[in-house]
Amino acid sequence: MWEQISSNRRRSVALTIGIGAILLLIGYLIGFYFFGNGYAGIVIALIIWGIMNLVAVFQGDSILLSISKAKKIRKVDHPRLYNIVEEMQIASGLEKMPDIYIIDDPALNAFATGRDPKRASVTVTSGLLGKLNRDELQGVIGHEIAHIKNRDVLLMVMCGILLGSIVMLSWFASRALIFGGAPRSRTSSSSSGGGGGIIIIVAVVLMIIAPLAAQLIYFAISRKREYLADASSALYTRYPEGLASALEKLAASTDELRSANKATAPMFIINPFRKKGRPASDLTSTHPPISERIRILRSMTGASFSEYEEAYDKLHHSFRQRFLPGSALTQAQTVEIRAPRPEPVEPLKASIERRRETSEALWQIHDYKTLTCECGTRLRIPPKLQNSAVRCPHCGRINST
Amino acid sequence: MPVGAIVGIIVAVVLAIIFGGGYNRLVRLRNQTKNAWAQIDVQLKRRHDLIPNLVETVKGYTKHERETLEAVTKARNIAQQLSSSGAAERAKAESELSSALARLLVVVERYPDLKANQNYLALQEELTSTENRIGFARQFYNDSMLKYNNATQMIPSNVVARMFGFKAGEFFEVTVAEEKEAPKVSFTQ
Repeated sequence: MWEQISSNRRRSVALTIGIGAILLLIGYLIGFYFFGNGYAGIVIALIIWGIMNLVAVFQGDSILLSISKAKKIRKVDHPRLYNIVEEMQIASGLEKMPDIYIIDDPALNAFATGRDPKRASVTVTSGLLGKLNRDELQGVIGHEIAHIKNRDVLLMVMCGILLGSIVMLSWFASRALIFGGAPRSRTSSSSSGGGGGIIIIVAVVLMIIAPLAAQLIYFAISRKREYLADASSALYTRYPEGLASALEKLAASTDELRSANKATAPMFIINPFRKKGRPASDLTSTHPPISERIRILRSMTGASFSEYEEAYDKLHHSFRQRFLPGSALTQAQTVEIRAPRPEPVEPLKASIERRRETSEALWQIHDYKTLTCECGTRLRIPPKLQNSAVRCPHCGRINST
Repeated sequence: MPVGAIVGIIVAVVLAIIFGGGYNRLVRLRNQTKNAWAQIDVQLKRRHDLIPNLVETVKGYTKHERETLEAVTKARNIAQQLSSSGAAERAKAESELSSALARLLVVVERYPDLKANQNYLALQEELTSTENRIGFARQFYNDSMLKYNNATQMIPSNVVARMFGFKAGEFFEVTVAEEKEAPKVSFTQ
């Protein structure tokens, strides 16, 4: 898969340069407008960008994880999730097992972090663990592992920082305009005549347009990466239906993720802010429409990259969309889809069991201890409890902690 | 004369880049197949380690299944002994272990108490996952081997491959039909 990674690197560099150019341009214009010197603006832009980069390099993952209130789990907390992540790590050939986090939230979502595959993590919500069966969860984890493996996280973080710098610069500049930070260049340009006035108008217009343009580039990259991650997940699991059916459940759920915000949105497997009845192809969305992703996955005749591309073309009746690297063609052309894992005999019981397993994991990661009373009642002991004994509310026996 | 020398140097440099790159790529791909093979090994060993525990747990709940349990233990011991021998022999031993396990798991269906046992459920999850891991490790190994073999056969890296003795390797095929399907673990999550 190294060809794919190197083609991603080239693409990352090209796109980062593109957004970087917008950042420098807007820095120049702001400098020109406020200080009468474009280079001062460029220096300011670079300083902001540099600070954000340092923050992202040293703190990015932990900030993201703490914003979303994610808790790290060990294998004992949720063996099934841990096993599935390890299975996908083996299937993708990722060198190191990523850390696993759970967000205690009924919404169904998942995301991956980590600029380099050696220090990556996968996060899922507890709602997801409760609702998805093994094949479906495998599809979702395969998608997240693909983001790590394809270095999408690095690309999105680099573009995200540039985008953030642009938005910040424009925001400060527009505040300064509104609240009358007397720009020196205005006096100098009025003395020099009408030419300066036009430049100022251009600067103001660009200040408004630049964040939007950068954002659109960012969204476009993000959508392509989603398709590639879907294709990779199908290839790893050899079972596109797993991810398709998971996405269907994700789309049907109405819970909105409480801890998501705009900056973290592209990290998730589905857009946490999606609205029902959104138009099919939306220019300002970080994710391709779910229904389309499901249809592509379902019309795949095999599990290989080229079969994913085929399915995509069939649905769009368009010329070949090149979102997959050309080197994918050196890989197997057709890959057989495996059979589904046997479904449990009693789906209701299975779903109750899954929820119990998930709540068990949540108690454990919040450091609650579990005591089983003789009458069979399970008592949850909070981590800060000082008492040495607890009375069972069911049978009245005294249990020592 | 100096023009000829310059052209010569340029050609030499370009060739060095092509061949050096091809050599490095072949080494990288060959190492990847070696790692992938090691991963299959790890997962097969994992399965061997799980079995004594599984047999112990099942023994506590079942009375009349001694034969099935002994067959599993025996197959596991044979597979373990053969773990340093050739791939074909190994594949055969492992597939016998798989079918013995499959029979055990069918038998277990008759004991609802055992199926409700937390310890057994945990073991079942581990076993399901181990079977998956073996499958995924094999899949990754075959994918890596395909890429490596392609590189040894395609221009220009095939020239480098022939010069430095990079030979195409074999795929890890499932020879026994049972291996592919078994064991049918119906996970109850």
